[in-house]
Amino acid sequence: MSWVSANLDTIAEQLLAHIAQALPAIVLAFVLALPIAKLANARGWLRGGLTGTAGLLYAIPSLPLFIVLPLMLGTSIRSPVNIVVALTIYGLALMVPSASEALRAVSRETLQAATAQGYAPWARFWRVELPLAGPALVAGLRVVVVSTVSLVTVGGVLGVPSLGMLFIDGFQRNITAEILTGIVLTAALALLLDALVVLGGRLALPWASGRAPRRRTAPRDTGQEAAR
Amino acid sequence: MIAFESVGKTYPDGTVAVADFDLEIASHESVVLVGTSGSGKTTLMRMVNRMVDPTQGRVTIDGEDVAATDPVALRRSVGYVMQASGLLPHRTVLDNIATVPVLRGTGKAQAHERAAELMEVVGLEESMASRYPSQLSGGQQQRVGVARALAADPNILLMDEPFGAVDPIVRAELQTELLRLQRELRKTIVFVTHDIDEAFLVGDRVVILKPGGHIAQIGTPEQILAEPADDFVRSFVGADRAERRLHLQQVAGREVVVDASGRAAGVLEQGGTP
Ligand SMILES: Nc1ncnc2c1ncn2[C@@H]1O[C@H](COP(=O)(O)OP(=O)(O)OP(=O)(O)O)[C@@H](O)[C@H]1O
Ligand SMILES: [Mg+2]
Repeated sequence: MSWVSANLDTIAEQLLAHIAQALPAIVLAFVLALPIAKLANARGWLRGGLTGTAGLLYAIPSLPLFIVLPLMLGTSIRSPVNIVVALTIYGLALMVPSASEALRAVSRETLQAATAQGYAPWARFWRVELPLAGPALVAGLRVVVVSTVSLVTVGGVLGVPSLGMLFIDGFQRNITAEILTGIVLTAALALLLDALVVLGGRLALPWASGRAPRRRTAPRDTGQEAAR
Repeated sequence: MIAFESVGKTYPDGTVAVADFDLEIASHESVVLVGTSGSGKTTLMRMVNRMVDPTQGRVTIDGEDVAATDPVALRRSVGYVMQASGLLPHRTVLDNIATVPVLRGTGKAQAHERAAELMEVVGLEESMASRYPSQLSGGQQQRVGVARALAADPNILLMDEPFGAVDPIVRAELQTELLRLQRELRKTIVFVTHDIDEAFLVGDRVVILKPGGHIAQIGTPEQILAEPADDFVRSFVGADRAERRLHLQQVAGREVVVDASGRAAGVLEQGGTP
């Protein structure tokens, strides 16, 4: 493990670069997927088309996409922008279908009840529909997080800095410690971000974990009706 | 006053839910719409707060056509209780009850204070304030639904089978409390139910509907029982049912009311209704 201690700077640099590509792609995929899913759900024919297309997008091999994108975007092949765009596309491929499903699963009765109480359409979306889709959205986001963090490594083949460079370089120069460092850190980063998403979800959606936020009431306090 | 003036509703798929319906509901009156499934009860009720817009005719509140009002503002001024409560699952009991005041811009603290008062009014224990709807029994959820509908102190209360999803004992309890509330609050209530006994209990007047929103009969419960307009009404109200066919028997010098199967229903007192 002397390689690790001798190369801490490089490792930190690659780790940061990795995060700098993964995070924007994850956030973009999530944020863009919502309006796309919402639109798709509003138009029946669009939904089938879009979720189908999304599945196909995910089937595009990543390396060719990383190479073709710069031609389309006019960026240099080593630019992290390509990677972010490509990762966003993959993220969308995963997130649009799950966001569409998450929003569709929100009870229509509940939405109607909200309208009947006097929620204006936008307020209803932000304060009722979106929170209620929350648990399913979080589940979708977790898949995007793990997938994106691991896909970032492909950029290493093209020489774009990321943890992927560690194991590519490690293979080329036959340094086992470097290979292992790359693999372990990639997995650890994925697990860490995933845990953060889960934690964020718990905090933002306390009602979904089936517990009252403040004190839990003992069964004898549940009133007469619950006892029946 | 709520007035339905020859309203009709044909849904986009061609279903004629209501053909041509007229009704006036006086202020402070409670009117029950009762009828078989699909007779247009929900459709009619939803025209009042513009959840449904009629395709023909108009609905007015105190003489003003609701079509000319802002639907969002209208809905905030009309209490609405639906079957299975329609509570927001991600909001605590207190927040659910405070929904409309908060939407109307009342401060959260003040809205919560009022919500806590209402919990008492509808008979919910204080300890339930911080629970989520899924942590309540069906009957408790309906109480929250009623409290929520009352929170902004609306003049009009729309109740669509509010007690349809709870067991008969809890239903009877909730009905009794609604009657008590109504004696104090004197709202204009439009109430929808399948249950003719509930209709007779809750309604100052009862509207019996046939499919298409056709009125089979309108009247007070007494009028309908005394003079069912036709066979449809007679069978709907169960005028032939044994427990509705009462007669008098002299027992120990008092007049005892006995139903058609011979079961004693009560004693007759002079002077009649309270
Ligand atoms: N959005 C809609 N689109 C098409 N048809 C509808 C719609 N809503 C209701 N209908 C139809 O209109 C008719 C009346 O429906 P409505 O919900 O008013 O009946 P209801 O008396 O409330 O019935 P229930 O007692 O079952 O609640 C039914 O035939 C129903 O299928
Ligand atoms: Mg109905």
